Amino acid sequence: MNTIENQLKWEPKNKTYMITVSLILLLLFGWSLSAIDLSEMETQGFQVAINIITGILQPDLELLLTFNQQGVLYLLIETVAIAFLGTIIGAILAIPFAFLSASNVVPAPVAYVTRIVLIFVRTVPAIVYGLMFIRVTGPGAFAGVLTMSLTSIGMLSKLYVDAIEDLDTKVLESMTSIGCNIFEKIRFGIIPQLFAMFLSIVIYRFDMNLRDAAVLGLVGAGGIGAPLIFAMNAYRWNEVGSLLIGLVILILLVEWLSNRLRAKLVRG
Amino acid sequence: MYDRIFLPKKITLENGKTVYEKRSRLPFIVALLLLAVIISIRITGFELELLLERWMQFFVIIGQMIPPNWEHFSNIWVPLLDTIKMSLLGSLLGALVALPIAVLASSNIVKSKVVVALFTFFLSILRTLPTLISALIATFVFGLGTVAGTVAIFLFTLAYVGKLLYEQIENVDMGAFEAMESIGLTKVQAFRYAVFPQILPNYLSTSLFCFEGNVRYAAILGYVGAGGIGLLLNEGLGWRNYANVGIILLLLVITVFIIENASEYFRKKLM
Repeated sequence: MNTIENQLKWEPKNKTYMITVSLILLLLFGWSLSAIDLSEMETQGFQVAINIITGILQPDLELLLTFNQQGVLYLLIETVAIAFLGTIIGAILAIPFAFLSASNVVPAPVAYVTRIVLIFVRTVPAIVYGLMFIRVTGPGAFAGVLTMSLTSIGMLSKLYVDAIEDLDTKVLESMTSIGCNIFEKIRFGIIPQLFAMFLSIVIYRFDMNLRDAAVLGLVGAGGIGAPLIFAMNAYRWNEVGSLLIGLVILILLVEWLSNRLRAKLVRG
Repeated sequence: MYDRIFLPKKITLENGKTVYEKRSRLPFIVALLLLAVIISIRITGFELELLLERWMQFFVIIGQMIPPNWEHFSNIWVPLLDTIKMSLLGSLLGALVALPIAVLASSNIVKSKVVVALFTFFLSILRTLPTLISALIATFVFGLGTVAGTVAIFLFTLAYVGKLLYEQIENVDMGAFEAMESIGLTKVQAFRYAVFPQILPNYLSTSLFCFEGNVRYAAILGYVGAGGIGLLLNEGLGWRNYANVGIILLLLVITVFIIENASEYFRKKLM
């Protein structure tokens, strides 16, 4: 018996715990398998898959490269505009909500109520908001902008709150002690601490919103989604291909840009 | 570039030295943002007057959701469970498949540059496809129903967990791995005993986090016919039966809240 083997014996034995967790996982897995019903699978599914792949490999280049109201480029710009405007509006409106739900700023009951409201706002899927806003403004990109703003408020204020609750209050105390008034405290004590964090959060959210905006068109709220679903329902796979290629390139580009900007913000 | 157009400010100090202060870029960035906002307003047809005139409509709809139609509950719970099952199965399978793919995409384990580039490219393409669109494509291949939804969630989980996982594998301390390889273990064995324990907590935590988000996504997949509660949601909204929508949303919020808290508890335990 050498030292190594002795030491190995001291390893905590959590076998029962591991087995229980694995069993629970297996049970859940088995339970969820009941959702799968392969009997309804369409027989020509394989053929459709091949059609999709050939469509994506041979995209409709004319649609992809011409610039007019129906062209992919215009649709992509519209999608970006929806996401951009929605993010900006949401980013501004989320600030008061974030402060109202930060437990170190307002009394606990107020923070709690605001949090519950925000959970509701966050959980309702963007598409539902889209359908509701279409009743307000009629179909089109405007409804998309309003939807994006509302979902952004929910998501952004949650992320803002973490930044606000991490505020260094020592700075504020020392500013009080040298006689700063409340506006000076906000301007020189709070904004410098939060600005970079908030900006980074907003850029990240813009990245996410772009994906959501691409989907909103499915309900008629503008952007690239509507032509995509029309092309799919009509089995025009090369159009689908060119739309998807445009979307993927745009999202990758924005993601790369947002990562670079955020890295710059973190480094200062 | 910017400094050449707007020359730095010259400041003469008291001791006669001159220093240069670079001009702030803030006005430039603000102007750019304003321009972008104006262009976006043009493109999207944003009309404040219309909004001010009709914003009440939105709250009228919300008002119709309250009180929710409790009798509808008996129709809801099966699709709701379907939604949970879809996201559970998709997340589980996706997280499992993500592991080998993430290993193949991490440049410190696999030395072949072609393989690494291929798999990282595959993962990033997969990640950019919005779940609803992959679900839509899946309904064409697998037919309407929960299978399509599960496939969409599987693909998203695979891409999301795979990306975060290969970034973690690449940041792992490789000393132990090299030591084990040098004493004659195969790559798989060395990975199992040197790298896997380092990434395991993060892997599980990422998978749980992804599952959390997937429940939300799964709720809307029914909109394109991929099974789950989205179908009823779509129906309620289509028929303007907002009391039914209200109960669905309420149950959804409760479910998501429970799952989020449970997963957060386990993730905190893992850290």
